[in-house]
Order: sequence, then structure tokens, then C-alpha cells
Amino acid sequence: MRLARPVGLLLLLVLLLIPELLAANGASSVETGWFRTYRINAIIVAAVFSAAVLYYTQRARRGDKLFVRKIAGLDEVEDAVGRATEMGKPVLFIAGIDEIDKIDTLAGLSILGRVALITARYETPLYVPVRYPMVLAAAQEVVQQSYLTEGRADSYNQDMVCYVAGEQFAFTATVNGYMMRERPAANIMMGAFYAESLLLAETGNAAGSIQIAGTAQPEQLPFFIAACDYTLMGEELFAASAYLSHEPLMLGGLKGQDFMKVLIIAAILVGTFMVTTHLGGDWMRSLFEVR
Amino acid sequence: MKTKLPIAIAFLSGLAMVAVFILNPEKVGDMEGELLQWTTVIGGFTLLLGVVSIVRVNWRPVVRRETGWFNNAALLLSVAVMAIPSVLPVSWSPLFGTDGGSMYDWFFINLSAPMMATMFAMLAFYVASAAFRAFRARSAEATLLLLTATVVMLWRVPVGEGLFVAIHSKLPNLINTYVMGGVNVAVQRGIIIGAALGAAATSLRIMLGIERTYMGKT
Repeated sequence: MRLARPVGLLLLLVLLLIPELLAANGASSVETGWFRTYRINAIIVAAVFSAAVLYYTQRARRGDKLFVRKIAGLDEVEDAVGRATEMGKPVLFIAGIDEIDKIDTLAGLSILGRVALITARYETPLYVPVRYPMVLAAAQEVVQQSYLTEGRADSYNQDMVCYVAGEQFAFTATVNGYMMRERPAANIMMGAFYAESLLLAETGNAAGSIQIAGTAQPEQLPFFIAACDYTLMGEELFAASAYLSHEPLMLGGLKGQDFMKVLIIAAILVGTFMVTTHLGGDWMRSLFEVR
Repeated sequence: MKTKLPIAIAFLSGLAMVAVFILNPEKVGDMEGELLQWTTVIGGFTLLLGVVSIVRVNWRPVVRRETGWFNNAALLLSVAVMAIPSVLPVSWSPLFGTDGGSMYDWFFINLSAPMMATMFAMLAFYVASAAFRAFRARSAEATLLLLTATVVMLWRVPVGEGLFVAIHSKLPNLINTYVMGGVNVAVQRGIIIGAALGAAATSLRIMLGIERTYMGKT
């Protein structure tokens, strides 16, 4: 019942909105009231999605078995760290190059926590270069807690996580230099990456490291696919923490996503049919327009 | 308390951003800008953490004269030369601060920017070597990728476009419509929809305190 209060607050917010939203006339983008009623469609979708995630999370809490498909890249994380341990070489982890307010960075930090648990268990050296001081503080906390959880507080060194440069290509040059000098056995890159994705991945490839990458930036995916051994695409990055934790409560959220995907696919099929047959295609399009 | 307070802050911050999306800015003011300014201010305070980290990591090799210590020394010197004059008041000397004509500005334009441009330019060579590996016709799917990539790359350059027009005047348009605007966009949208749902679910897990690994809680 830990979720009851926050869920209640969310529902209260939606309930408070309903009368205002129902009173919306003509859905004009110029509003005089307290709420932007022309965003009713986005609010409804968000409410349905939240309800689905919470429903499956509660089911998982009750002990229902939830099937989650295999993600090869994530299954390989432990093997990659094991390889590094056998070779006596470090594991390099990059949680993207964006700020902490980016959800990709938070997903990367969550995965870092899981990876640090494994490196702590095997006493494998871990190196985490970061680009922003706020990410530095968060990453240091994440790694330290993982080492404490594994009972290896003595193996933790604050400089495992270090700030290297604020500029995108200065950061890339530093990390590339590290890759070529230290030749880490495994490079794990999870988060938001931009033009430097291929520079990092190709250098890691040249250094002979096993590489597992994940990003939600569609433009960078081809580069990672070409240069890395395993690539997590889009949603797999956000599922990674839940997948690696094996916690039913976390996996419940993934089921909620799947439910939403089914609804989106149904909407795409119905929308395609309506637009193709001229049966209210414009109405259908306006349903999903967000201003 | 150590766990509950950050979760409560994360929940309220998330709720505030949802409220900003729904509430009329005419009535509540620029709440979004205000909240983002808070982030910037907090980020400013953490800059010192970055400086401390970079000095800690690079000072030790210099003191112990480890292999390549002069590189660490060069980095420390660069940090000092760029950072110290930039925070000193311009009233002391026009060389201080970050305005045009300052030391910071000179170093940035004449050293930092060209070095970053060089790194970016190197991407062309990396693309070539990655493409060489990716476009090998090892299987039916890889061959299809190779052929599609060849057609698209040719279409993107004037010579290739001229070649396609010579074959058929509508061929470049067909490539644009079916390969780039059709298959390519469909796949990209699929990934974007999946990623957006994943991001939303992760946000919800963070707001509700289910996902706490980013705070160091496993």
C-alpha cells in the first residue's frame, strides 16, 4: 500500500481537472481559465498510462508472475564484467554526456548502480568519467552505495567516478585516450549520446573491448550497432534497470508500457483506416494533436 | 528520513512539472522557466565539485611522477589558465572575465575551438571504418542494407542524383518517398514511440519512489 498516497494524489489532480476539462469549448489554444483545456488529450493519455503502470505494479506486488522477454545486451553485462575480472582489466562505464535532468542520464545511472554491484562483487576496477558535476555527485553516490551493499566499502575509491571535461569533444578525447592507454576489457555506454557516439564506440572497438551500448537517440543507434557488440535500442535502455534488478515491482512498469503500446498500435491501425477511407480522418488526427 | 525526503522531493518536482504542462501560464506565471532556473542555480553550485574532482585525479600522478605525469600537469595548468582569469573582475584588467579580448576568450577561440573542431572532423574517418564493417554482405539482410545504403548515399550527392535522373526522372523522388520517408521514418517512429513510453514509465517509477537506484539505493 506504499503507492496508495502518491496514486491518490495523482487521481485527485485528475479529478480536480475533470470539471474544468469537460467545460472546454472549441478547444481554443488561447485560454482564459486556470487550465490549458486544449491539452485534455495529453492528460487523458497520461492518466491511462499511469493507471496501466500502477495496475501492473500492484499485480507484481501481489506476486503475479510477469513475463519479460530476454534482452541479450543486458544478459551479457555480467559476462563482460567477468571477462574484465579474468583479464585483470577495468570496466569503463559512461552514463551518456547529458545533464542529470535528462531521463536517459537517470536511466544510465540506474544501470551504473547494477553494474557497480557486479564490479564490487568481483573486485573489478571500474572507471566512470562524467561530463557534468551534478552527474558526478549522483554517480559517486550510486557507485559508493553499490560497493557498500556488496560489503566492499574498502574497495570503493572516490576517483573511480571523475569529472573529466565539460566540453563534448574534450570529454570524448579524454575517454578515447583512456580507452587506448588502459584498454578496458568492457565498455558499457548507457545514456544520451550525440555526435561523439561513433568516436567512442569505434575507439573502444579498436582497443579490443567488449562493448555494450544503449541509447534512446535514434540518430546514434546505427553507429552503436555498427561498432558495438550489443546495443540496447530506445525503450530497452529504460527497461535495463528493472531487467537487471529482477524485482517484480520494477518489472510491473514494463508491463504497463506494453499495454500502452497495444493501445497505440490499435490507434495507428484505426487512424490509418479512417484516413485512407476518408471516414473522419481529420477528427482522428485532431484527437492526437498536442499544442 | 534519508530515503523518504529525496523521494518526496522527486515526487513533488515531477508533479510540479506536470502541473506546469496543464496550468495556464497567463494565470500562474512562468513556472516552467522558474523551475528550470532553479536547476541551473543548483548546477552552478556543483561546478566546484567538478573542479575538485579534476584536480584530485590529476594532482596525484604529478606529485608521484607517474608515467605521463606531464600530461596531467598540462591539464592542471590549462584548468588554471582558463578558469582563474575568467572569474577575476574585468575592472582589474580587460584580460580578465569572459568578454571579447579576455584571456579566456583568446584561449577559447584559438585553442579550445580548433581542437574540438578537429575531434569532430575526425568523425569522417570513423564513419568510413564503421561503414566498412557494417556494410559487408555476410547475409541476405546485410546485403539488403548494403544495397539500400549505396542507393541512399548516391542519391545524397549531386553526381548520384544526376545518375538516377538519367535512368528515370522520378527515381530520386521515389527513393525519397519510399526509402527515407517510408521505411526509414516508420522504423525511427517505432523506436521513438517505444523510447518515449520507456521514458514516461521511468519517470513515473522515479516519482513514485519505485526506482531509486539513481539515488544510490539498490
